[in-house]
Amino acid sequence: MQISEAWLRTYVNPDVNTETLVEQLTMAGLEVDSVEPAAAVFNGVVVGQVVSMEQHPDADRLRVCQVNVGEEAPLQIVCGASNVRVGLKIPAALCGAVLPGDFKIKKSKLRGQESLGMLCSEKELGLVAEAHGLMELSDDAPVGVDIREYLSLNDNIIEVDLTPNRADCLSVEGLAREVALLNKLDWSITAVDVSPVDHAETLSVTVTAPEACPRYLGRLIKGVNTQADTPLWLQERLRRSGIRSLGPIVDVTNYVLLELGQPLHAFDANKLTGGITVRYANAEESLTLLNNDVIKLDTQALIIADDKQALALAGVMGGSDSAVSDTTQAVFLECAFFTPLAIAGKARNFGLHTDSSHRFERGVDPELQFRAIERATQLIVEIAGGVVGEITEVTSEAYLPVRNSVLLRRHKLEKSLAVKLADEQIVDILQRLGMQVTANAEGWDVIAPSFRFDIGIEADLIEEIARVFGYNNLPSSSLFIRSELSQVTETLLEIDRVKDLLVDRGYQEAITYSFVDAEIQSIVAPNSEPIRLKNPISSELAVMRTTLWCGLLKVAVYNTNRQQDRVRLFETGLRFIKVDGETKQQKMLAGLLLGDVYNDQWAEKSRQLDFYDVKADLEAIFDLSGCDVSFTKAELSTLHPGQTAKILAADGVEIGWLGMLHPQLEKELGFDTQVFLFELDQGYLLNKTVPVFTALSKYPYVKRDLALIVNESISADNIITVIKNSAEPALQDVIIFDVYRGKGIEEGDKSIALSLILQDDTQTLAESEIDGIVNRLLTILVNELNAKLRD
Amino acid sequence: MSATLEEILAQALQELATVNDLIELDKVRVNYLGKKGLFTLQMKELGNLDPEQRRSVGQVINQVKDQFQQQLEITKDRLESAVLSARLASESIDVSLPGRGQSTGRLHPVTTTLRRISKIFASVGFTVVEGPEIEDDYHNFEALNIPAHHPARAMHDTFYFDAHTVLRTHTSPVQIRTMESEKPPLKVIAPGRVYRCDSDITHTPMFHQVEGFLVDTDVSFADLKGVVYEFLRAFFEKDIQVRFRPSYFPFTEPSAEVDIECVMCNGEGCRVCSHTGWLEVMGCGMIHPEVFKAVNIDSEQYSGFAFGMGVERLAMLRYGINDLRLFFENDLKFLEQFN
Repeated sequence: MQISEAWLRTYVNPDVNTETLVEQLTMAGLEVDSVEPAAAVFNGVVVGQVVSMEQHPDADRLRVCQVNVGEEAPLQIVCGASNVRVGLKIPAALCGAVLPGDFKIKKSKLRGQESLGMLCSEKELGLVAEAHGLMELSDDAPVGVDIREYLSLNDNIIEVDLTPNRADCLSVEGLAREVALLNKLDWSITAVDVSPVDHAETLSVTVTAPEACPRYLGRLIKGVNTQADTPLWLQERLRRSGIRSLGPIVDVTNYVLLELGQPLHAFDANKLTGGITVRYANAEESLTLLNNDVIKLDTQALIIADDKQALALAGVMGGSDSAVSDTTQAVFLECAFFTPLAIAGKARNFGLHTDSSHRFERGVDPELQFRAIERATQLIVEIAGGVVGEITEVTSEAYLPVRNSVLLRRHKLEKSLAVKLADEQIVDILQRLGMQVTANAEGWDVIAPSFRFDIGIEADLIEEIARVFGYNNLPSSSLFIRSELSQVTETLLEIDRVKDLLVDRGYQEAITYSFVDAEIQSIVAPNSEPIRLKNPISSELAVMRTTLWCGLLKVAVYNTNRQQDRVRLFETGLRFIKVDGETKQQKMLAGLLLGDVYNDQWAEKSRQLDFYDVKADLEAIFDLSGCDVSFTKAELSTLHPGQTAKILAADGVEIGWLGMLHPQLEKELGFDTQVFLFELDQGYLLNKTVPVFTALSKYPYVKRDLALIVNESISADNIITVIKNSAEPALQDVIIFDVYRGKGIEEGDKSIALSLILQDDTQTLAESEIDGIVNRLLTILVNELNAKLRD
Repeated sequence: MSATLEEILAQALQELATVNDLIELDKVRVNYLGKKGLFTLQMKELGNLDPEQRRSVGQVINQVKDQFQQQLEITKDRLESAVLSARLASESIDVSLPGRGQSTGRLHPVTTTLRRISKIFASVGFTVVEGPEIEDDYHNFEALNIPAHHPARAMHDTFYFDAHTVLRTHTSPVQIRTMESEKPPLKVIAPGRVYRCDSDITHTPMFHQVEGFLVDTDVSFADLKGVVYEFLRAFFEKDIQVRFRPSYFPFTEPSAEVDIECVMCNGEGCRVCSHTGWLEVMGCGMIHPEVFKAVNIDSEQYSGFAFGMGVERLAMLRYGINDLRLFFENDLKFLEQFN
């Protein structure tokens, strides 16, 4: 909410400057977002009056005016505005004036005619962004008076960002109350005269939803002149709160909203049929709002209706059919209390947010309606005239908010804030907040004023005392809390360790959005149906990723488009999949690599990375936890069918994938190089067993090399598995050190060279024993894999 | 015989003088001292002499042999040192050339910031807990004292999947989940991704928060102030000014926004702090009795505080990053800067 500082100071004027005032509000929890001057910097502009006017002899659109600016003789000023006329009072910039934008006014000649100043529009004075014609001042504006003084422009606009609990401050009176409280000053509310009733005509008011509208006041004011000008002071106060002048009736209701915090609505009484009913809408009803939106109502929507149709969305916005216009002659003024729950969410359901709904949702003082309707009546009659009818009131006491007494215990207050305050100080703060305070044995019974919807429990009172006392005046203590020694588990590898390993191996960590483009998602993971957001921010961020590859691929394209030809990325985070209709949020680790193995360097011939480079990184990860996994040939539509491995845990559960991006997708996604991808389920990856020591053998190990010829279909893993399953106790390890195809090997076969590491715990192996082991292994390899020993 | 011996010696010394490398030297050694060497043969012939002669001739041969051997050693040393010098010369390199092998990468600055935050709190016994990102309405709102249609919901710009399922808008639901399953005393921090349906120059639809909370008997607002002060000073490694401003969150009361003296201008006022000298860095407060009620913790027996901070904001202030969106563009030129 934004408000004029000068207006605020008419209620309570502490002896502090603007900066301190604003600081006080902010530190009391009414955060001031900005303080702006009410008008741009300018000077030398006074109230002037056009006393005579002639057509410029050499320019059709210019007039040569004689303008009284309060000096002995009028000044000649040439003016091009279409609304200039004799008798009009306008802001006149004199020679030497400086207008906003450092625009200096000098004596000049316009097409040969001398001009000793300039007549100004609101735009030229920096008051509004757009204006048509001169600013028209009222007839009683005092000629010669400085315009800044006349318009009270030496003012600031204070913008307060109020939290939802402080609806009581959504008015200048509410803010004045806080300023008075903080400065320990007295203040008084706006004095309102009760208007005498001049006619007997009323409209009947029926409230069929008293729980939503516990109080409804209505009054008919007839014979209003909607052509009357809203006085400048009122227009200016509205302007400084960011509200445009829209004619006297609407201006008054807006003004009372700002002044007291009570939203009012004025209907054109002649457009109403029969009486007023406050009710829930029927299922098929619709309403054309003031903004010309046509909304379909439902039975949840609280409306104001006449005998014929819905007139307004209660507490939110009026309808266009019954709106006040410049031909309106009689108005029906509505001033109600709608309960916050009845209004909450209603505006948003229709995509609306109004000054009225903002206040009703948060809570309008239920005691305010009589004062507000009288205030509005008084102003309408003052400005637009009219004869006033009686107030029709429908109040359902049972549904008005109950002001319960809240117990504030001294010991609880002291314990919560760790401070001992004097009783008098506590009572003083509460009373200055408008609370009724009664002492009791434990502390105090406190009844909050009707405008404080946020006070319901003891904690609310403690907060109020802390706030007024000042958070920064409260003590602060060094943390002294009980603490147990924390567990440091060894059965779980921390993901941070894995991240560090990848960083050390040349990967950059990326963080990408969890929601991705549905199209990329369907290209990358065509077989998984993603979870869709109901209200995505854009189509590019519409579905939850089922694989972290979506984000990494996008990042890789982004970077290759920026001259990066070597990319190594990883990301950790959740993927979101549906398993048997249930949403599963699974922690993953994924990587993407493209380009050369190493950065360009003088000492190593550059080489494009391949599957085995990436696999080495994964093996290093698995080695951290000692996780026993196998890589098996598999197919995944995203990956190259010849270079895809499914990674399985020892128990056969799939824990991830590694492979080259399918050349088709490589092209589709805009890469011009091979891309390698992996993705692992963190759950399995991080399971670790506590190491168990094995005694070291005192005897030397021996290494025997074998070169085998096998069919291409036999994988390295097949060979190693067969050897490891042989249950030779002396076999410690098998290392593949060469794979050869070509000369000397038949087409369709390959030669695999491997080293057997043999060692016994109890003796040095004799040559004959070694030969025995090797021969037994060879026999198994021949039998199971049809392997041949290479000559 | 003696003359012959001297001739052999002279010849041997002559050969040693012209030897060029250790292999040649070894040939010379074998030629004179090997099994069939010339000096060895001389020694073998001693057997043919009578004992008297054998002794004197033997002495002479040994003298000559010693002389040869001495020269042999000298020659060997000379050749070895020549070899060493040659190796040293040949193996000299330009040590200014860069090293070979894999480069190292970097952690994302958000991760680095999260780790620092976690480490600071872990040092006083806070444990790290995580929660789901697709969250139900109850944990994200209801249990946190934000009923349906509460105006605070409007401030959250929630992403929905259906009427009851959302992307969590803050890390506070972890507070609820933890208190549902564990008994006080509790000291927890909950880092993670959060989502708001908002995207402009200062908002990204996803960002990171760290929620922290502590529940125990006798926890006061003073404890909260102390923890927040100490944390901010530890994080910025600087004795910065901190102020607490009353604010409102449905799940804490009293609630506060925490401002620090602007780290960009040291509180002088600059563009980053909108010329106020202060920067808002976190929200906090004492856990609301309604929240305790939702998780069946007796608010007469226990009290607690909670705080929440935006990780990107802290990272931006710490590292001087001027555009939030950079965090999620993942430009390598950006990522590479944070070692």
